[in-house]
Order: sequence, then structure tokens, then C-alpha cells
Amino acid sequence: MLAKRIIPCLDIKNGRTVKGVNFVDLRDAGDPVELAEIYSSEGADELVFLDISATEERRKTLVNMVRSVAEKINIPFTVGGGISSIEDVDILLNNGADKVSINSSAVKNPQLINDLAQKFGSQCVVVAIDAKQIGGQWIVHLVGGKVPTELNLFDWAVEVAERGAGEILFTSMDNDGTKNGFANEALAKLSELVNIPIIASGGAGNIHHFVDSFKEGKADAALAASVFHFKEIEIKALKQELRNNNIEVRL
Amino acid sequence: MKIVIINYGAGNIQSIMFAIERLGFKAVLSNNPEEIKSADKVIFPGVGEASSAMTKLRESGLDSLIPELKQPVLGICLGMQLMCNKTEEGNTKGLGIFDVDVVKFSSNVKVPQMGWNQIYDLKTDLFKGISENEFMYLVHSFYAPNCKYAVATTNYDVEYASALQKDNFYGTQFHPEKSGDVGEKILGNFLKM
Repeated sequence: MLAKRIIPCLDIKNGRTVKGVNFVDLRDAGDPVELAEIYSSEGADELVFLDISATEERRKTLVNMVRSVAEKINIPFTVGGGISSIEDVDILLNNGADKVSINSSAVKNPQLINDLAQKFGSQCVVVAIDAKQIGGQWIVHLVGGKVPTELNLFDWAVEVAERGAGEILFTSMDNDGTKNGFANEALAKLSELVNIPIIASGGAGNIHHFVDSFKEGKADAALAASVFHFKEIEIKALKQELRNNNIEVRL
Repeated sequence: MKIVIINYGAGNIQSIMFAIERLGFKAVLSNNPEEIKSADKVIFPGVGEASSAMTKLRESGLDSLIPELKQPVLGICLGMQLMCNKTEEGNTKGLGIFDVDVVKFSSNVKVPQMGWNQIYDLKTDLFKGISENEFMYLVHSFYAPNCKYAVATTNYDVEYASALQKDNFYGTQFHPEKSGDVGEKILGNFLKM
């Protein structure tokens, strides 16, 4: 059976991981390659690198990082953050990234989804959607959830799937950082509406939240950052518990 | 040993290059017929869309070269699909090495299949030392149905062939270069043939 995936997310700034990480055995807490190797050996199914740097040099630094990760890591990884053109994607894929994730650039220019899917194939196009509830409606937000758009989460999800996205990474801004669990109702609705995989993001606090995201939220994969970085949840133990709950995982 | 990865502008080959390096070998990228013919092992990669990939192969004459190769050849993902008779994707005629037609998953399942799934009923030295039901990384919307060339089977929507073999030609629907240490071992088995 196709396994449910567990995906640690690493924030990257100027080629280095940021946000605290709490691995005692790290030689260099900022080295994305070293962290990626640890997650990979612990059983992570994929990795997401989110570039949050804003410098002129960002593209070159990111490409170098992608290359170093691809040299060492034998599981798939996605790169996101500031990607807005075919050229951006071309250079990342050519240096070993498996997928790219686009967010604001897709909202500003939805045709980009079609163009990328046509040129590189849907399998490498992840559309990330950040949304939160306003007056009972799930509204898509940009700039890390700061700027609301006119778009409804579910309408936008259907549109990106039709345009050729291979996967949707849905972050609930209402849940992100709360450690109270994923937005399972919205996740389940997304899974019913579109026929492409859905990655759950935002709200992971304990192992049971992951179980719920798969059982109630019907997610295909679950992504988290801090619970992994601070070793509040170890991936091996998480996957064992998922299996104990009859959720198919790769152990 | 000379390993050539066929370069026809279809997809991410850097990962395969790096995986081969991790196994202690070095590969060259080439679309030169003489260089491909003189290789000890040939890898035929491919991600993306079938009809445009086939067009690129035809433009460079590689469509007639590949079926004539005598050394071990490994098609990966779309590479494997293009080694079949034809594929529903873009209604594309393939290289005809494996006498089977590639079809699309039904809408009973999410398409593409994306992630780790198990391989079983393993045959040939490609899977030497590999246990049944190991998880491999797969990303695809089309598949080769189970057939006499199947040397690995996977279940998604239906039971289908996740690896094919005929004579010196091998194909894997999964990405051995992205399937952890087990995948790397399968790639290593191919390089040792």
C-alpha cells in the first residue's frame, strides 16, 4: 500500500537552517546537509526546504545548497520560497531538487502552474496554500499569512489542481504554531474536492495530531518543523505509533 | 567501467549522477550514439511528459539506437514507460522493447501516485539481496500493467508492473536513486551486472 509520508520542513536563510534546532549530536546546527542526513536516517520520507532569505545572492546560495543536499541525500526533497519563473525552477531541478513549491507567485500568476506542469511535469509542482478562517470562510493568505487575498481556499485548491499542480501543501494559519493539531476538517474537505495528494501543515504538537491528520483529515502526508527540530517528537517513534494505529508507513 | 546516462533533455539527472557517485562509480551524460554504444552500462532516465520526451528522442535519433543496445540498459520512471509499446499519455508510441501498453490510473485513486509504496514478487539479479515488500519512491500517473516482463509488482488502484525486464533491458517505475539505501542497492545491483 502507498504509505503516508512524514515530512520535516527546514527554514533556510542564506544557505543555512534557521529557527532553533535541538540536536545534541550536530556538529553544526546551521548546516542543512547535516540536518537532512539525520532526518533521512531517522526515517523521514521527504524533506522540504523553505528559503526565507531576501538577499540579491539568494538564488546562487540556494542552488549551492540544493546541490550539496542532492549529493548526500537519497530521499526526495522539495524546495520553496521566492520561486516565480520557469528559469528559477529549471536551475533548482537541474541541481538535484525533486520538486518545487510555489505559493504567492501562483496566486499572482496562476498560469505559472500550467507552464511549470507542462515543462517539467505535474510531479514536481507543489502548490503551497496558506489560509485562515475569516467569518467562517477559509481565505487564502500571502506573505506568511499576513496579507489576505480574495481567494477561497477550496476554490483555489480546485483551480490549482486543474491547472496541473501535482500536490497541495495546505498550511492552516489558524493552527500553525498552536501545537493543538492540524485543521482536519478543512483537510478532509480538500481531499474530497481534489484528486491530487494533500500535505497537512500547521499545528503539530504531539503524535496523536499526526494520527488524526491521516484518519480524520485524510491527508496523504504531514509536515512539521519545530516538533522535529526540538526533538519533541522523534520520527521513528512517530511512525511506529502510526503503524500501531493501522496507518501504513515506511518503517 | 563506463556508465552513460542518456541525455535528451528530459528531467532531473543530477540525482542519478550523485547516486552513482555515492556507489563509488562515475557516470557521463551523453547523447552521442558512439559514446552510448561503447558504454558498459546505459541508464535511460526521464521525468515529465511522454510525447515531448519521445519527440526529443526522435530528433536526436536515439529512438532507433536504444532498442539496438546490447549492454545492460536501465530505464527509470518515464524512461521505463517509453521502453514500452505505447503510452496513453499524449497517445505516444514508445520504443517497443517491452510488448505492453502503458495506461493511466483510474480516478478511484489520487493521481499521481506520489510517495513510497511496496514492491513484491521480485525477480532477476536486479533485486539480489532485496527483501520482498520494501518501500520504493514512486511518482507517476501512468503505469505498465502486470505482464510477462514484470520483475516487480506494486499495488495502487490495481496490481501493476513496477519493474520490467527483457534480455538486457531493465526498467523501474520507481526511482532507485531516491529510494533510500535499499534503492541505492538496486542501482548498485544493476551496475554490477
